[in-house]
Amino acid sequence: MYTFSNRLRIGSFIAMALGAIFLVIGFVSAPSTVEEAKAMVAVHDEGHGGGHAEAAAESHGEEQGHGAQASQEEGHDVSHDTHLLHQLQNRPWSALYVAAFFFFMIALGVLAFYAIQRAAQAGWSPLLFRVMEGITGYLVPGGIIVFVILLLSALHFNHLFVWMDPETVAHDELLQGKAGYLNPTFFLIRAAIFLGGWIFYREYSRKLSLAQDESDDNSNFVKNFRWSAAFLVFYLVTESMMSWDWIMSVDPHWFSTLFGWYVFASMFVSGITVIAMVTIYLKSKGYLENVNDSHVHDLAKFMFGISIFWTYLWFSQFMLIWYADIPEEVTYYIARFQDYKLPFFGMLVMNFVFPLLVLMNSDYKRVNWFVVMAGIVVLLGHYLDIFNMIMPATVGDQWYIGLPEIGGILFFGGLFVFWVFTTLTKAPLQPKRNPFIEESRHFHY
Amino acid sequence: MASKVIQALYNDDDVLMHAVKKVRAEHHHIEEVYTPFPVHGLDKAMGLAGTRIAITSFMYGCLGLTVAVVMMNYIMIEDWPQDIGGKPSFSYLQNMPAFVPIMFELTVFFAAHLMVITFYLRSRMWPFKKAENPDKRTTDDHFLMEIGVHDNEKELADLLWETGAVEVKVTEKES
Repeated sequence: MYTFSNRLRIGSFIAMALGAIFLVIGFVSAPSTVEEAKAMVAVHDEGHGGGHAEAAAESHGEEQGHGAQASQEEGHDVSHDTHLLHQLQNRPWSALYVAAFFFFMIALGVLAFYAIQRAAQAGWSPLLFRVMEGITGYLVPGGIIVFVILLLSALHFNHLFVWMDPETVAHDELLQGKAGYLNPTFFLIRAAIFLGGWIFYREYSRKLSLAQDESDDNSNFVKNFRWSAAFLVFYLVTESMMSWDWIMSVDPHWFSTLFGWYVFASMFVSGITVIAMVTIYLKSKGYLENVNDSHVHDLAKFMFGISIFWTYLWFSQFMLIWYADIPEEVTYYIARFQDYKLPFFGMLVMNFVFPLLVLMNSDYKRVNWFVVMAGIVVLLGHYLDIFNMIMPATVGDQWYIGLPEIGGILFFGGLFVFWVFTTLTKAPLQPKRNPFIEESRHFHY
Repeated sequence: MASKVIQALYNDDDVLMHAVKKVRAEHHHIEEVYTPFPVHGLDKAMGLAGTRIAITSFMYGCLGLTVAVVMMNYIMIEDWPQDIGGKPSFSYLQNMPAFVPIMFELTVFFAAHLMVITFYLRSRMWPFKKAENPDKRTTDDHFLMEIGVHDNEKELADLLWETGAVEVKVTEKES
């Protein structure tokens, strides 16, 4: 049995407390009136040499070139200022949402990986099942938090999802056309169904997995196999819809048909990375004595392979839109190229170039500390990936990685560590009666 | 120069693996093992050095990538610039996304083909070459282990019979 080390527990509490303070500061310092918002941006610009405001005004003028007449200019200025206010008000909410979703997505990615291992009846991985079950334990609190944030959005506590605002929809024919699907009630019902299904599978599979330890036949194992196969079907459909609902709909005019796969690749690689990191951590503390370098090697191979897979999907999405150059599609990337240069290209380096070069060598994938270091970069890269998916639509060019963003990572990171390692203490780390446990113990390459 | 070798035939890969481990434990140098199919773990049991084919693969991949970049730059930018989809080909960098699939394919193509050719050459296999395996049965269902003899014929033969060989013979070998 694993006992939660005190240092790690205290560390997770400190991270949560610090993160909560940072988030509160972020919420308190968000402007509540248009004047405050303008003042904030003005101060910000002075601090940075003032060039930004002019450039922004210029580019805005170009975009809205048809509204150049003097009479419209005034109305445009007012709407621009309210827009700015909304962006600044959205910032702490977006930071909260990005971090909450990121850590939730790790647990969900691990759940998919776990279900694949179960459905494939993989022989190498049963030694890692308890680690995966520990990580998927976060699905319950993480899922509930994400749901609460979505609920608060639907109740107009924030403007993350513009299509939730009836005022906006009334002036937007495209959104009216989508209202049958994209309306707050149906949105929340779908979210509840997705989360309910995922959490149900996680809890039931965990129950069967623990029951298998005590039973004297393989019936629980076989049942788990069937449920996992069924779950994967459910998961692939719901994960795709979840990515449209929770992420793609922040840009309600824009759509991409492979967005579900793209988000899936991101969560899958993050999840596998966390499995590798938790496994290596537990092993360094003297647990999981039967896990050997070949298990870590296989996880690192997955980290490498899925990183390439993520890049493949990223590029497939990008190239079609770039080549076709249709205005309503290409705005998505123009916003990122103009205002998000550093996080956007930084993410490509961290998620593609870095793992490609660093994890290519077979020997390096067996060096534990090396895998952990590579994993940290990959995780930060995929945080940035989610950041780039949400922020351009919610805060626009007012983004910054400051207190609320770091606070979000610290708070949910702390909660994640606390919950995962608490779940790990609840059951022996090595499954006893899994029929493949011997194969897993002797796994080598 | 002809050298004297002893050859032992086995008809099971598990027996062969144990035999290889035992012969090595007795500090005899195994010159070669001929098998009809790849035996998992045999290279480690024989103590062969790790393969360096991965390094060549990386270099060939880099070569393929370079060829693709140079080729597309010549064809699409320098020699005959075209305007495809409103994207005039004036600069390589601006048209680069369109060339990524070609860069990828040529990287894979060069890495794969040149790696296979390297593997054949390194294994001394080329067209019209006379087969090296001393016994036809190693292409069907037998495994053959070959050990150099240095005035210890009797001792080696006994050891090999003990490991479960189905046939042991001493021959001269051209090298």
